[in-house]
Amino acid sequence: MKFRNWLVGFSVAVMALGMSLAQSGKLEIFSWWTTGGEAAGLLKLFDIYKQQHPGVKIINAAVAGGAGSNAKAVLKTRMLGGDPPDSFQVHMGHELIDTWVVNGFMQPLDGIFKDNGWEKVYPQGVLELLKWNGHYWSVPANIHRANVMWYNKAIFAKYGLTPPKTYDEFFAAAEKLKKAGITPLALGDNGIWASTHVFETVLIGTLGADGYKGLWNGKTDWNGPGVKKALETFAKMLSYVNSDHAARSWDQANDLIIQGKAAMFIHGDWANGDFMAKKFEGYGWAPAPGNADIYDALSDSFGMPAKAPDQQEARWWLELVGSKAGQEAFNPLKGSICARTDCDPSLFNPYLQWAMKRWKVDTIVPSLVHGAAAKESWVAAINDVMTLFVTRRDVTQAQKSLAQACVDAGVCH
Amino acid sequence: MKRNRRIAFLLLLPSLLLVAVFVYGFILWTGWLSLTNQNDLFVPHPHFIGLHNYVRLFQNPRFLIDLKNTAVFSLIFIPGSLILGLGGALLLAGGVRFEGVFRTIFLMPMALSFIVTGVAWRWLMNPSSGLNLLFHSMGLNLNSGWYTDPNIGIKAIALAAIWQLSGYTMALYLAGLRAIPKEIYEAAQVDGASSGQTFRFITLPLITPVTLSAVIVLGHISLKIFDLVVAIAGSSGGPAFSSDVPALFMFITTFQANHFAQGAGISTVLLILVSFLVIPYLRWSLATEAKE
Repeated sequence: MKFRNWLVGFSVAVMALGMSLAQSGKLEIFSWWTTGGEAAGLLKLFDIYKQQHPGVKIINAAVAGGAGSNAKAVLKTRMLGGDPPDSFQVHMGHELIDTWVVNGFMQPLDGIFKDNGWEKVYPQGVLELLKWNGHYWSVPANIHRANVMWYNKAIFAKYGLTPPKTYDEFFAAAEKLKKAGITPLALGDNGIWASTHVFETVLIGTLGADGYKGLWNGKTDWNGPGVKKALETFAKMLSYVNSDHAARSWDQANDLIIQGKAAMFIHGDWANGDFMAKKFEGYGWAPAPGNADIYDALSDSFGMPAKAPDQQEARWWLELVGSKAGQEAFNPLKGSICARTDCDPSLFNPYLQWAMKRWKVDTIVPSLVHGAAAKESWVAAINDVMTLFVTRRDVTQAQKSLAQACVDAGVCH
Repeated sequence: MKRNRRIAFLLLLPSLLLVAVFVYGFILWTGWLSLTNQNDLFVPHPHFIGLHNYVRLFQNPRFLIDLKNTAVFSLIFIPGSLILGLGGALLLAGGVRFEGVFRTIFLMPMALSFIVTGVAWRWLMNPSSGLNLLFHSMGLNLNSGWYTDPNIGIKAIALAAIWQLSGYTMALYLAGLRAIPKEIYEAAQVDGASSGQTFRFITLPLITPVTLSAVIVLGHISLKIFDLVVAIAGSSGGPAFSSDVPALFMFITTFQANHFAQGAGISTVLLILVSFLVIPYLRWSLATEAKE
């Protein structure tokens, strides 16, 4: 008797659940945005979505942890297991394309781009990175710039320095600072990507925009003199970094600038958010040496899995992410600029206003470390090369390994 | 009697099946995977490629460093935990006041997760804080880079592991020491054995089984150590891979680079290394049981 009661209760519960699902749609968004400005930006987008589509229940499937490494592992399990979210955060470019698009897990978004007239408001350089096989595969929510050199203004003023434009100027300034007992370049590579990040700007500064882009499609020779020169320059730069770099994370390296112990820091523009969060105002910025007029970009974008369970709700989501209102709401909180070129600059802080101006005129190149330029396995291989190089500084060995990594990635032959 | 056996078998059957599938089935699957070309998320024509993945593995400088690191870690961690554990157990077994309190204090680290230990030791061994600061305030100028020094790396992590597991070996030894009959010591005393001789010829031989179990437990921990390394040195394996271990390399290879077959190869190498340790132990312990 008791069991039967229980059974009835259970069926009622199941029916109620089924009805609630039928009545209103749902939308499941997968990301690794769980803290700080990025989580605030995501929730803001959810708020706008709820106003636009009040019936839809939003499921925030965010997975915490270091630069998305945990989230990516969870996502792989779900995608391969046939249980994809409706839309997920992914770095624009090869991280999305080589992992998911090539293998047929995503659907093209040409219709959304055309219906919303996005081809006119996104820069050409970004449209190229979003495209594969003639179709668009994701909607960029924001743009971060990777090749920025941050510096402590007080130190620069004290030693009469200006932001170095070339590597010669950089080493001259570094030598001066070293003699004065100040760490010239801050580095926090407890995650090795921070070193690869600096190397990426050196590759750009040495090879130029076209030479750098050629590395990722086999047109620039990894065994050539350019890469050798870049490795030598980077090795020399490493002799000017703080000795405890392996113990620090990127934000702890940024602390050296704030405390006035180090003068320069080559890092992405999330450092700007870190300065502001720590209420430090004495910082300046410039393109990394040799990186003038080149915008090394990375973007968090959202795509739609081919088997997304709630197609219409996902489409609404992507339209919001790519819209002017969506980008203007999200980016000031995230500390990044709009991927669109028509956002209102007055909503943004001075650094971001500078970046927005550069975004319209600079040559855009894809970031390596942050998934835009090469597929994940290639990035992992380059990180491995850098782990050994930072300590051993063996240029010949590193160049050989980098060339091999290109062959392993199936790009070089 | 016969009926009892059948019931026993039926009761065991579900877990036997689960173990067969989820342990041995997956071991075989991993072994097979490591012999194929499935080194991407989606490989159109998966096929057998022989030992290619293993050949590449043993050419990879990172993997060779990892194997060396595992050896260094084991050589510090296992003897360290055994010696500290035995020392603690001998002191406690000698009869101290508040023995229960000491036992709890020494055992406590074992109850912590490796992540907790790792984070604490990460701070302790941070070059600009923790132990260095402590040494400095004591007037010692020992500015070690700890795990951030490529010449130390894994050795610093072995220290943290010793801290965590020597209490556990102490507990094992304490039980072993308590199990030795008092009469033997009394007889030795009557025969005029010195305390050194008593230790050397009575205590040590009689606690050999404990030592063996401890070596197995500590040995397999040192082969599969992962979380402690990640918590202390981060997931890049430290400067020049000085704290990298095979399990971490396996994780990165499989879940970050999507080289599933290569990752399965690393797992298989680890399994073989562990089985060198466990199979002789199992044979020995089964043989002793049969004797009894």
